[in-house]
Amino acid sequence: MMNKNTLLALGIVSALSFGASGAALAADAHAPQPPRLKWSFSGPFGHYDKQQLQRGFKVYREVCQACHSLKLVAFRTLGQSGALGFSEGQIKTIAGEYQINDGPNDRGEMFQRPGRPSDTFPLVFANEQAARATHNGALPVDLSVIAKARTYEVGFPGFLIDIVRQYQENGVDYLQALLTGYENPPAGETLTPNQFWNKFFPGHKISMRPPLEDKRVEYTDGSPQTVDQYARDVTAFLMWTAEPHLEARKRMGFQVMIFLIVFAGLGYFTKKKVWANAH
Amino acid sequence: MSGPSNFQPKSALLQWTERRLPILGLMHSSFVAYPTPRNLNYWWTFGGILSFCLGVQIITGIVLAMHYTPTVAGAFESVEHIMRDVNYGWLLRNMHASGASMFFIAVYIHMFRGLYYGSYKEPREILWILGVIIFLLMMATAFMGYVLPWGQMSFWGATVITNLFSAIPGIGPKVVEFLWGGYSVDQPTLQRFFSLHYLLPFMIAGVVVLHVWALHEVGQNNPAGIDVKSDKDTLPFTPYATAKDSFAMVCFMILFAWFVFYIPNYLGHADNYIPANPLQTPTHIVPEWYFLPFYAILRAIPSKLGGVIAMFASIAVLAFLPWLDRAKTRSAKYRPLFKQFFWIFVITCIGLGWLGAKPAEGGYVIASRILTAWYFIHFLVVLPLLSYYEKPSQVPASIAESVLGKQPLATAKAKGSR
Repeated sequence: MMNKNTLLALGIVSALSFGASGAALAADAHAPQPPRLKWSFSGPFGHYDKQQLQRGFKVYREVCQACHSLKLVAFRTLGQSGALGFSEGQIKTIAGEYQINDGPNDRGEMFQRPGRPSDTFPLVFANEQAARATHNGALPVDLSVIAKARTYEVGFPGFLIDIVRQYQENGVDYLQALLTGYENPPAGETLTPNQFWNKFFPGHKISMRPPLEDKRVEYTDGSPQTVDQYARDVTAFLMWTAEPHLEARKRMGFQVMIFLIVFAGLGYFTKKKVWANAH
Repeated sequence: MSGPSNFQPKSALLQWTERRLPILGLMHSSFVAYPTPRNLNYWWTFGGILSFCLGVQIITGIVLAMHYTPTVAGAFESVEHIMRDVNYGWLLRNMHASGASMFFIAVYIHMFRGLYYGSYKEPREILWILGVIIFLLMMATAFMGYVLPWGQMSFWGATVITNLFSAIPGIGPKVVEFLWGGYSVDQPTLQRFFSLHYLLPFMIAGVVVLHVWALHEVGQNNPAGIDVKSDKDTLPFTPYATAKDSFAMVCFMILFAWFVFYIPNYLGHADNYIPANPLQTPTHIVPEWYFLPFYAILRAIPSKLGGVIAMFASIAVLAFLPWLDRAKTRSAKYRPLFKQFFWIFVITCIGLGWLGAKPAEGGYVIASRILTAWYFIHFLVVLPLLSYYEKPSQVPASIAESVLGKQPLATAKAKGSR
């Protein structure tokens, strides 16, 4: 019996190993693997650090927002459970600071009005062409799901261990590494005036200028005002924009697991009892 | 095998119904009284698990379809709408997306079990072929489903796979245009894929009914691979198989839940969170893990048409298996050589899967070619030859003997009726 169960487990593992790169989409063989960081939201009991999300949101608003939109994120969600912990009033204030295109009105004209909690973050540029025109042809991408849209390749057997460890923070590892990965190009590499050298960017030549510098954003909670800390905070915030229900998901996951394990235990003994007569 | 049911409902109403539509009797003879070989191991629980998977996909899929928009402009955002705004939308979507992978894990185990124990052999040929048809339908359904979120990998995966048909001589390009409903993967393609993705699961359900019907006609194979000879060889489906299947199913749900709640994006591609962009090709276009072995076979052949033929042949060859492997002994347990070749074949498939994820260059291509060749040699050369040259070991006289040992049957009977 024991033997059969071991075989079963092996079978599942080998079936999964078909997915050699199930999650691992090769970025660039030349780019180094970003270091794996400690994130508050990793693991089975992971949860967002509200203070960190608020700091990250501040970094987004004061730095990233100049070019990058968050068009899938509604203001109201900033106050959801498992989010930034803003009150209704705070959300109204934040939303009101943005101008939203609306209309047409009774005269058939489009108009601008202050944002409401039900609105999503407005686009920074009217369209892709406008965005490219102001960035020498480069397009600042929308950041709503960016934390899930980036990853790095994990070789064998790491990608199998990640299943057991529940490691799914490849995207944020990469983003944090990217934001802190600017350096001088190695000798022999030439950059155009609008290119920068980034250790972790696939191909290394990135059109985004180094966005962060120490003391650029003021923190009021005493957290270090460093590029590294800014990068961690804004990355955590972007994880939240990508997975706003992460906390609810993990919480329910734990309940489901407890239920299923108890159920499986009962099922095992029931089966044993039923089969006791047969063998 | 099922035989006429001796089911006699107690209530007068049910007796009245039963005389007019004996559906309860059918259920009773199929899932309660149905005799199952008493030596079935846990590999036999995957049939039930697969029904569960199909049920989960259909139920979550129907609800997702209520919130999804099959348009080029709206598909990506509607999926995010499900993830963000729909009540428990994240749960439904994660279940549906991971559920596809769970379905394939289960079906591959189910298929390898059939290969190992010779479940395709006489009299189960049609049962097996129906299984191959279900597998094909599953692949089509999964492929079209992956296109629906309209991310980069959706779009480019659809482009690559539909383009395969252009290799058909003469009419190829016309066929591709017909599939696309235009001159590239675009709105008509997405819309028809959505329609077909909704239709095919119900076709799968229909073929599953035939599959179960055929199964209940010929009876289950079993680890000893020998026929049921007497009542001592079998146990009634309920409570024996029901209890065992339920336990296995709950264990499977734990694995399922692990992916759904903790690593829902593990089995997908990060690139699919980038909205589809026809002007920008991703660095590597990689199909979902369950297609990787076939993708490796496709790319192993230097000519496009050859690759397409090899890929389809690699699935079609399964349908001919009952006639390629003519050995009388079913179970690998009693076929020492076949058993070794079986495991080599399993490693070949895993190796092809790994190669399917690697770029088609250098050593990877050579390895793909060797493994592709072996894949076909296994079916077309090894199995037919083994049928003639292999000396099987002694099979037990009966199922009861294989599981209870050679103890006097009287004892076994006494135990059984205790």
